[in-house]
Amino acid sequence: MALNVKRDWPIVALSVAVVIGLIAPLAAKLSTPGFYFEVLLGGLMSGVLYSLVALGFVLIFKASGVFNFAQGAMVLFAALAMARLSGEGLTQVHYWATAALLGAIVGYVGVRLWTGPARAVSRSTTMGAVLLAAIISAVVCGRLFKAGDWPLWLAFAGAAAIMIVFAWLVERLVLRHLVNQEAVVLLMATLGVTYFLDGFGQTVWGSDIYEIKLGLPKTPTLILENMFQGGLLINQEDLVAALIAAILVLCLAVFFQKTPTGRALRAVADDHQAAQSIGIPLNHIWVIVWSVAGFVALVAGMIWGSKLGVQFSLSQVALKALPVVILGGLTSVPGAIIGGLIIGVGEKLAEVFLGPVLVKTFDLAGGGIENWFAYVLALAFLLVRPEGLFGERHIDRV
Amino acid sequence: MAARHIGDVILKVDNISLAFGGVKALTEVSFDVREHEVRAIIGPNGAGKSSMLNCINGVYSPQQGYITFKARTFEQMSPRRAAEMGIARTFQSLALFKGMSVLDNIMSGRNLRMRTNLLLQALRIGPAEREELEHRAMVEKIIDFLEIQAYRKTQVGRLPYGLQKRVDLGRALAMEPTLLLLDEPMAGMNTEEKQDMCRFILDVNDEFGTTIVLIEHDMGVVMDISDRVVVLDYGRKIGDGSPDEVRSNQSVIAAYLGVAH
Repeated sequence: MALNVKRDWPIVALSVAVVIGLIAPLAAKLSTPGFYFEVLLGGLMSGVLYSLVALGFVLIFKASGVFNFAQGAMVLFAALAMARLSGEGLTQVHYWATAALLGAIVGYVGVRLWTGPARAVSRSTTMGAVLLAAIISAVVCGRLFKAGDWPLWLAFAGAAAIMIVFAWLVERLVLRHLVNQEAVVLLMATLGVTYFLDGFGQTVWGSDIYEIKLGLPKTPTLILENMFQGGLLINQEDLVAALIAAILVLCLAVFFQKTPTGRALRAVADDHQAAQSIGIPLNHIWVIVWSVAGFVALVAGMIWGSKLGVQFSLSQVALKALPVVILGGLTSVPGAIIGGLIIGVGEKLAEVFLGPVLVKTFDLAGGGIENWFAYVLALAFLLVRPEGLFGERHIDRV
Repeated sequence: MAARHIGDVILKVDNISLAFGGVKALTEVSFDVREHEVRAIIGPNGAGKSSMLNCINGVYSPQQGYITFKARTFEQMSPRRAAEMGIARTFQSLALFKGMSVLDNIMSGRNLRMRTNLLLQALRIGPAEREELEHRAMVEKIIDFLEIQAYRKTQVGRLPYGLQKRVDLGRALAMEPTLLLLDEPMAGMNTEEKQDMCRFILDVNDEFGTTIVLIEHDMGVVMDISDRVVVLDYGRKIGDGSPDEVRSNQSVIAAYLGVAH
């Protein structure tokens, strides 16, 4: 991406401001380098989580032009499912139903993989296979695993299955009927889905605070002790989370850029009509995209849940992904990641270093910068570069 | 003109009516298209030409009438089925995947023909790899044919208009269609670009035997390259026949030049 200083001066100015903001605490000797880097790393870690949620937004927006307000609710719902399925205290029905859904998905995917994209098998055969797989799975899971004693991987698979079914339902019940409607209509529809999902999640899974025990190492470790005085204190759990996120992003990139299905997804994103004319089935593509977004939501919810516990406020925290996508660009996967990191780091640094300065200079009460910083940064970006850092600049031929 | 063998009727449009609310876009239009021929649809602005194409490939569902393609009759097409049955199209206002490269755009036209499953695709192993290469070879042929080798990796949105039109045609050709619908393939082009496009259309028709239905405003072009012409005006068919017949048709002249009152 070529940067034209004359044309892009606002962006250059903003970048310079961000960089100065980043190194100011160090230069002003507000802290020791060690502490500064700890804050920085902490910011990066929460940034990774913002990125994951933002990624879900970007995926759906890219592929269907829908600004999916429900992404935060999906994170909460997926995390709730994961937390409850891997924990105790659910009724037998939950496990049976989840196992059946999992079986149904495996059955359906199996049939499709077996026959290829050609619709060689009849609908009833497919339905039969799916039903059979669901029953087998429910029985087998019921035999092998006691209720309340599901292993982590099975809970994860179950939650993923639930998210895929959710994606399918959204396409069936909402999107399919709103093809070619205006963006506002679709936005309102996802707003409806958001509140439904928030409430429905609590109906099904309960509304307490739950824990996801991923078994990640919780012990903080000191690194780089000979470089900084006292070393840097970091959480191993955070490192694992970052690693998982990186792997996920890599897989998504390969999927989008290198596979024919990914090409079809990008095609649908660019032009619905043209995509239809070359025989790409929109409905299918939407289910795939929402499933992938649901999966991303699950991973984000899982990591977040294991850090902070699964509770209703997750869906509020996930709203932070909005400034992230505005910063990074609604249509850019790298933008979501970099935007998430910038906001994660920015708000932590602002809270820790800018806060005291403000308090001292203006004699304020202090605190709370972390809450608004992301949104103000997004606002600034909207003013100078509405398409975001990596978004597509729209140039209309006149 | 090469000795083309014009075959039996491959597409028959029967008594099609289409209305949007109170606006009648098409009223009881019937015509047929024979295999291997170049069939033009002409008419003044708003005559319903694009609506006609949209009915044929299933974007619009007509309220009345039938479409028979390859001896199968439908009350309405769906875009997916049309594509599966071998109908490809280009668009009047370009509908390319602007964010993707020329290569990817044309490759996307092969999507329906991809047979391996997602898992193999992602890993690029075994049949998936072989398949991708086969399709790539086919796409390279099309790129050569349309003389856009130099722009293979260019993002389509950056290409000049005339070349974008070619990519649009290339994507349709990648489907190896039996019937190709061209919606104003030469709109907004200069003479030289028009000549190129004419040549491509005739070559496609000639070399691959593709049946072509095209909408065009440039009378000279239409009369030159088409075998038969349908004339629409205010959603009704007012003329049908060889270019010469149409040219001397009184109501066609009236529609185009106006009548003295």
